Amino acid sequence: MATLKEVQSKIVSVKKTKQITSAMKMVATSRLRGAQNNMEAFKPYAGKFAEVLGSIAGKSGGDASPLLVPREEVKKVALVLCTSDRGLCGGFNTNLITKAEKIIKSEFEGKDVSFTCFGKRGRDWAKKQPQPIEDEFLDVVGGNVEFSVASYSGQKLIDSFLEGTVDEVYLIYSDFVNMAKQVATVKQILPIPSLEDVQKEKEEDKDAGFLPEHICEPSSDALLGQMLPKNIFIQIYDALLQTSTSEHAARMRAMDNATKACEDIVGELQTIYNKTRQAGITADLMDIVGGAEALNG
Amino acid sequence: MAEKLFLEVVTPQKAIVSEEVEIVVAPGSEGEFGALKGHTTFLTSLKVGSLRYIDAGGKERYIFINGGFAEVLPDKVTILAESAEYRKDIDVERATKAKVRAEKRLANKAADTDLVRAEVALKRAMHRLRIKDIK
Repeated sequence: MATLKEVQSKIVSVKKTKQITSAMKMVATSRLRGAQNNMEAFKPYAGKFAEVLGSIAGKSGGDASPLLVPREEVKKVALVLCTSDRGLCGGFNTNLITKAEKIIKSEFEGKDVSFTCFGKRGRDWAKKQPQPIEDEFLDVVGGNVEFSVASYSGQKLIDSFLEGTVDEVYLIYSDFVNMAKQVATVKQILPIPSLEDVQKEKEEDKDAGFLPEHICEPSSDALLGQMLPKNIFIQIYDALLQTSTSEHAARMRAMDNATKACEDIVGELQTIYNKTRQAGITADLMDIVGGAEALNG
Repeated sequence: MAEKLFLEVVTPQKAIVSEEVEIVVAPGSEGEFGALKGHTTFLTSLKVGSLRYIDAGGKERYIFINGGFAEVLPDKVTILAESAEYRKDIDVERATKAKVRAEKRLANKAADTDLVRAEVALKRAMHRLRIKDIK
């Protein structure tokens, strides 16, 4: 059996760990609130944009922009992998990376895949893969995500799509469903999946069928051409916000579990400590009693 | 007083303006336009420039708009901007520096400078400073 001192020092060290994990949980909680606020603040913009986009997309033809046209043969695929910079958030990054691994093995079998990485964890993983990393952005996810990052990376992807160096672009990010649920999601962003879906969603939202006819300046096609790239930036930005929020939620839960586990271990160790101490006292008493008996006898 | 219309300026970061105004003057890509209540429905892209409006109290206000889109409805104007700043939020020092930097880059005309980007940066800086200068 372990000595008293050993058990005691173990208790102290577990308690220290618990302090750290509970502090990290606290930090994650407050960051989560910030990230959720950012998401809330983005909603009016994204909502309005989708509404306007839907209404002009309905008016102009299907092939108003080269971004809408699917390639006949898809050889080169770009994956935008959003992960966190830091660990200690449970299976969060593993989930995202597994998702990427799976999709590369199944759907993109035999195609040239390249990565654009947001977040250190995904970047570190991608480095070990045979596929090249086109671009990496660290210190974005989890902090204050700026729209310019999304538009910068989005523009690069659009450029390579138009040049033909990439045939399809996919986003892999963590969709923030609620505090307990974050789902690793794959979403195609280029070529832009048909806009009718956007419109349908929009029409379902609006109960009254009132769609004002807009006068467009410049022409609706030109306007659509300008709005579509923006729409991609918006999707990337949204993915980054969702991933940030998910990261904090995942870390909060992981740290909460860790804190609870620490409490359990301390309890167990305390029992061992008490038992060991009691055994020691009993042994001492036996000695004393034994000694006294021997003297008397 | 004229009837009011509702102005909303939203950016990805936050909603900047959301209030009743008398008139909105915005930098459309095909030219500056003004909107009063009852304007026909209208959709346009916006240039980098200044958005001007007169609020319910009759006060003239300026906002720097970094490009975007505007949707005009008879009783509402919505501006979707990538970023926007109130006059008081404009950082003069930063804008001045950006202006100098952009001018230098344009003057040098080195082969590797991105002229388009420098021009846009210069435009942004000049508009910011201009708004700040209005008394």
